[in-house]
Amino acid sequence: MIEIQNVRKSFGLLEVLKGIDLTVSKGEVVTVIGGSGSGKSTLLTCINGLEPIDSGKILVDGTEVHAKDTDLNKLRQKIGIVFQQWNAFPHLTVLENVTLAPRKVLGLPKAEAEAIAVKQLTHVGLADKLKDYPSRLSGGQQQRMAIARALAMSPDYMLFDEVTSALDPQLVGEVLDTLRMLASEGMTMICVTHEMKFAREVSDRVAFFHKGVMAEIAPPAQLFESPQDIELQKFLAATH
Amino acid sequence: MFNYTFHWHQALRALPQMLDGALVTLQIALLSMAIGLACAITLTLMRLSGNRLLGGLARSWVEIARNTPALFQIYMAHFGLGSFGIHLSPYTALLAGIAFNNAGYLAENFRGALKAIPDTQTRAGRSLGMSSLQAFRLIVLPQMLRVAFLPMTNQMVWAILMTSLGVTVGMNTDLAGITQELNARSFRTFEFFAIAAVIYYLIAKAVTLAARLIAWRMFRY
Amino acid sequence: MFNTAMTMSDLMFLLKGAGMTLAVTGVSVAAGTVMGILFGVIRVQIGPWWAAPLTFILDIFRSVPLLIQLVLGNAFQSIAKLGWGPFTTSCVILSLYTAAYCTEIVRGAIDAVPPTTRRAARSLGMTWGQDMRHIVAPLATRIALPSWIGLTLGVMKDSSLVLWLGLIELLRASQILVTRLQEPLFILTVCGLIYFLLSFPVARLGGYLEKRWSND
Repeated sequence: MIEIQNVRKSFGLLEVLKGIDLTVSKGEVVTVIGGSGSGKSTLLTCINGLEPIDSGKILVDGTEVHAKDTDLNKLRQKIGIVFQQWNAFPHLTVLENVTLAPRKVLGLPKAEAEAIAVKQLTHVGLADKLKDYPSRLSGGQQQRMAIARALAMSPDYMLFDEVTSALDPQLVGEVLDTLRMLASEGMTMICVTHEMKFAREVSDRVAFFHKGVMAEIAPPAQLFESPQDIELQKFLAATH
Repeated sequence: MFNYTFHWHQALRALPQMLDGALVTLQIALLSMAIGLACAITLTLMRLSGNRLLGGLARSWVEIARNTPALFQIYMAHFGLGSFGIHLSPYTALLAGIAFNNAGYLAENFRGALKAIPDTQTRAGRSLGMSSLQAFRLIVLPQMLRVAFLPMTNQMVWAILMTSLGVTVGMNTDLAGITQELNARSFRTFEFFAIAAVIYYLIAKAVTLAARLIAWRMFRY
Repeated sequence: MFNTAMTMSDLMFLLKGAGMTLAVTGVSVAAGTVMGILFGVIRVQIGPWWAAPLTFILDIFRSVPLLIQLVLGNAFQSIAKLGWGPFTTSCVILSLYTAAYCTEIVRGAIDAVPPTTRRAARSLGMTWGQDMRHIVAPLATRIALPSWIGLTLGVMKDSSLVLWLGLIELLRASQILVTRLQEPLFILTVCGLIYFLLSFPVARLGGYLEKRWSND
């Protein structure tokens, strides 16, 4: 379970998270929508400790992320995150990209790491690209590789930060299919996304962020059909 | 035109000796590059550490190495350390001076190379649970060395040419040193040094060519 | 605090050496730059194939140790009975050395001027000479300046090698003092400090210009 309790964060003078409360249970899929600058992506990078918070608490399975004595490296093995920019390691093949962390962080032997990597790469549909370098793959394929790379660590939670925003339109579908598949398999996910149709289909709950505040959170049917918050109504009107 | 007979025979007969010296030259250059590389990576880590003292020390090394002559650095190693009672042999002083110089220039090359690597790479590594050092060693360092490969090659050629400075501190087993000894004995300065120049030129070109081949083989992505 | 036998006149001696360093550097950079501009323009105009012999010769100056070049230059002028003193010989060699690097810098800078810009100038009826003078020269100078500053500083440091021909520049002056006073660390530190003070501010200026002009 991920518990976010009254989290505040500023970048310099700009407050981007103004007291966020959110609990995500095991197996839940929560999508986060909202305009740019509403704080959505920042929240994700706070959950795995890449960004510090100014006040409040974030707990992952009871461990406080930003406590001084928390082993962040260990914590990050439990939380997978995929960014908008897939950040492929250009000097390694696709297979090596995915086996790197299992071998060096988890200490798995090469054979075992490769077995896991092949499994996850097949899972996302890249079984035939194992020996290629990322530069030979399309954006959509590289993003799926990034997903497989995160999954190879057997995380309990997966965070997705606008993973389709940087892709050409025709490549978005394949990545969303992968996310749908993960959701149906019971992965606990928090997805920041602009893809409303996807959010509607896949989420257990949808959270709407506006200017650093979580203005509304509800099951998709309710949020999209009868939005309560006025900013949400404006947002939905503009994006439909 | 010239009231001087060129005696190439004498010089050519000494070729084997000079080639022995060329081997010593290569040896010093390679050693100084290896030491310089190790130091440069350490200096880079020191600068990245965020620790002000370490960063300041690293920066001082780099600025001193780049703003003073290489010959000065060799003199410091050979004469300067005498104040501490340390008397390095010409070979060691030359090696230390060139290694010090290499470290400074390589560290600066690395700084430029690092700028070409987005910090999202480190982020991706850390998000997978790697420690900072792991992320640097496995993800950033390999890419940095690739980007910096061409400047590193130039520095290697530079190191080879710099070994000739050894003669000023009494070095007599490298190419320049041997040539100087032969010169002192025969006074055929032009002939001997012309041949030495050709040998240096060929070594420099061979190293550059070898580097191109290595780059082509290793960096094929 | 510092217990040293070095006197004010000793310091003056060092500074005279520094003066010699600057003199050799100044003459060589000036002559080398003029030649570099000339060769660079020629190289761009006649193209890589025709310029190959020139490129080859200049490349020699960059692939042979400067010390060897100085010795060869000195031996040559002696054989050819040119009667050059060490200062002249040093300046000639250093100028050619500078020219070799400068040619590359100039070539790169001229090539970096967008051909579309030059085409526009010629379409307006400007001659080749006017194009070079009013369009290429200002733009190329800007592009080349940081590298040229780097080259100048490099030549200043390399000028220490002229001690081999007997010139008393800064490093040789320091060595003479060390032999006399037996305080190697202190004297060499002062020497290094002088080099540093001559080099560092100019290097920073070059870096500043590079950053400022690359953001345009």
